[in-house]
Amino acid sequence: MKFSILVNEGPYTHQASDTAYQFTKAVLAKGHEVFRVFFYHDGVNNATRLTTPPQDDRNIVNRWSKLAEEHNLDMVVCVAAAQRRGIVDEGEMKRNGKDATNLAAGFRISGLGQLVEAGIQSDRLVVFGD
Amino acid sequence: MLHIINKSPYDRPAFDSALKTGEGAILLIEDGVYAAARGGATEAKISAAQGKFKFYALTQDLEARGIADRVIDGVTTVDYGGFVDLVAEYKTCQSWL
Repeated sequence: MKFSILVNEGPYTHQASDTAYQFTKAVLAKGHEVFRVFFYHDGVNNATRLTTPPQDDRNIVNRWSKLAEEHNLDMVVCVAAAQRRGIVDEGEMKRNGKDATNLAAGFRISGLGQLVEAGIQSDRLVVFGD
Repeated sequence: MLHIINKSPYDRPAFDSALKTGEGAILLIEDGVYAAARGGATEAKISAAQGKFKFYALTQDLEARGIADRVIDGVTTVDYGGFVDLVAEYKTCQSWL
């Protein structure tokens, strides 16, 4: 079965990002396909590579990046939500005249159409948020 | 429909709202698992809704909150794999955020 996951909450906030990650891992472990993980609203904060959590804490951002690398996941960050919160890739840096990028490995910035498409193409779309 | 509830019933009305939809399955996750604790105000509601709803609670979140050993009869515990199975089993799912 084809799953997509929507993450609406940032890391280290309540629990949604953790639950979404554990759920995504379980979907893959069950042999299902993950069509896309879409990060929206404060969920885009899961995509900054500049986080430095304490060494004895989980690294939520790196964990997503690693999972994406291992399973070739399509992890999409909403562009409008990213612009508001300062999540920047090369293209956004040039377009908006910024002096740095911070998008973590495995993520890409795109539009809400990617969420709509995920809803259409997937058998299930599961929402995690606050 | 599978209703996914991540808020404590003592904090937000999500659990009661889901019950008002009449029938289906309710999966309690995160702080939502407090609804599955024996002796609380939700015990009578869960008893009364048996037959209309199936109730599930996420084991890891019950354990994190120290209530895994006092789950109400009529609530089935599931792990993340069971969570995935429930989403697959029901054609639609609603996260009450």
